[in-house]
Amino acid sequence: MEIRCRKISEGKVDGEVIVSKDSVCFYLVEPETGVVVEKNHDIEGKSIAGKILVMPSGKGSSVVQADGLFKLAKNDKAPKAMIIEHADTVLVTGAIIMEIPMVHKVEAKFYKTVLDGDVVSLDADNGIIRL
Amino acid sequence: MDLTRHEKEMLDGKYGKGTAMAMKIQVAIGETFDAEKMVDITRAHVALSAQDADLWFVEKLLTQGAFCKVSPTVNPSIDLDYLNGHLCEIPKAGVDIVTATNEAYKKIGATLTFNCTPYLSQNVPVFGEIIAFSESSATPYVNSVIGARSNRESSQSALCAAVTGKVPLYGLLLDKNRKAEIQVKVEADIQSDFDYQLLGWCYPEKYKGLEVPVFSGIKKRPTPESYMNFGAQLNTSGAISMYHIQGFTPEAPTLEEAFGGKSVKKTITITDEDIDIVRKKLCGEPGKIDFAMFGCPHFTISQVKAVAEILDGKKTAVPLWILTSSSTKELAGRMGFLDIIQRAGGHIIPNTCIDVPPCWYPYYGKAGVTDSPKCAYYYEIRKTNFIIRPLKESVEAAIRGEVIE
Repeated sequence: MEIRCRKISEGKVDGEVIVSKDSVCFYLVEPETGVVVEKNHDIEGKSIAGKILVMPSGKGSSVVQADGLFKLAKNDKAPKAMIIEHADTVLVTGAIIMEIPMVHKVEAKFYKTVLDGDVVSLDADNGIIRL
Repeated sequence: MDLTRHEKEMLDGKYGKGTAMAMKIQVAIGETFDAEKMVDITRAHVALSAQDADLWFVEKLLTQGAFCKVSPTVNPSIDLDYLNGHLCEIPKAGVDIVTATNEAYKKIGATLTFNCTPYLSQNVPVFGEIIAFSESSATPYVNSVIGARSNRESSQSALCAAVTGKVPLYGLLLDKNRKAEIQVKVEADIQSDFDYQLLGWCYPEKYKGLEVPVFSGIKKRPTPESYMNFGAQLNTSGAISMYHIQGFTPEAPTLEEAFGGKSVKKTITITDEDIDIVRKKLCGEPGKIDFAMFGCPHFTISQVKAVAEILDGKKTAVPLWILTSSSTKELAGRMGFLDIIQRAGGHIIPNTCIDVPPCWYPYYGKAGVTDSPKCAYYYEIRKTNFIIRPLKESVEAAIRGEVIE
């Protein structure tokens, strides 16, 4: 299946998907492992390291969000790419400076189909997800 | 996005790799939010934080030759000499990151104000001015109280704007997005500066949406400190970067003007009971304290004066810290407030933020009192338990060493 989307941060990657119903604050992700530690979070206890993270949006101030993503990237535990619904300036800046591909405005059929563990091919530059 | 020839040249590297990188980030932001073009800014404020990502990003821009076209003011850092002399020997990691951050911002052309309330002095925009301000209390203040125009910039995007002298035209820079969509009927009795801390924390708890709200039912003109507290909490508990107060803020002389033809999407009522719920949830039970901390956001001279009046001729049982700008500290000295506070065992520390790890480590895991919910929230990660009380009660608790009923 081919799904259209729009580029925020450039790049092309293939990878396994992890779907979070809650927005992720990267300050509350363990930098050494990529495991989400925020209490009562939809993906609490799961790792986002090397995955294509599907979530509604980012949350948290620029200081905590950028620092969280930075520490993950330094340990090689950052998500491989991000697919989001609502863009905010803080997350957009974070993804671009950490060079993590990110897209938004994804066709609705993607969300109806995608499941944890699916392997997808994301081409942010051309705005295409292959599922 | 429609870029001018000059902007395209910036993007293509004619003005160096650093400027190109800043422009690339801003164009991506603009395209994300469907901005049609870039516009010039005349001011910027960067929420310097002296944390890893902050230093990494400013150094990355710097090594690629970036220099600020519009010199931004910056957030507080740490006064290493003062803390070394009065609290503890700062660990090397703290000294290194603070020194390197300050140096990098100086080199990139920032104005080292080290103060988180630039909108009260040193970087005050006028009505309608297009600017790029990051920092949680600053963005709501410049938009709502002054009527200047800034999006909720991240510290990195604000620094990019300072480098290019431009921002993409979207969001709160446009008339239509500054109009209210949510009406908040304030039935609670809101009077003191502290009441605004609670009201600011309460609203995003009651309504999660990010549309611009207009608060009606406020009877008395809020003080600068009330506005400062209100915005800081609205933007910490939630992510509100603009609000109106009917009859007081410049774009809301009347409800009609605040809505500007938009329909009321939702009406929220905030009662005394709602404020009490926030107070109970947020403020903590009475108990012994190890220290008192004020100045998140940085204290004004009126707040310093209020503390001095309570401390006059007394001694504090625990260390009391007031964080403020160097100019407010100097003024406090000239007015005699500094002497009174120091004689009582208190400190006024300039240029410093409540949370630059590991500089305040002796207080990690301890109990403190503060008048600021934002201060308490950022210390949760340091396992410090803050009891939150109005300023007068907090200072009296510092004299006693304990918060009582």
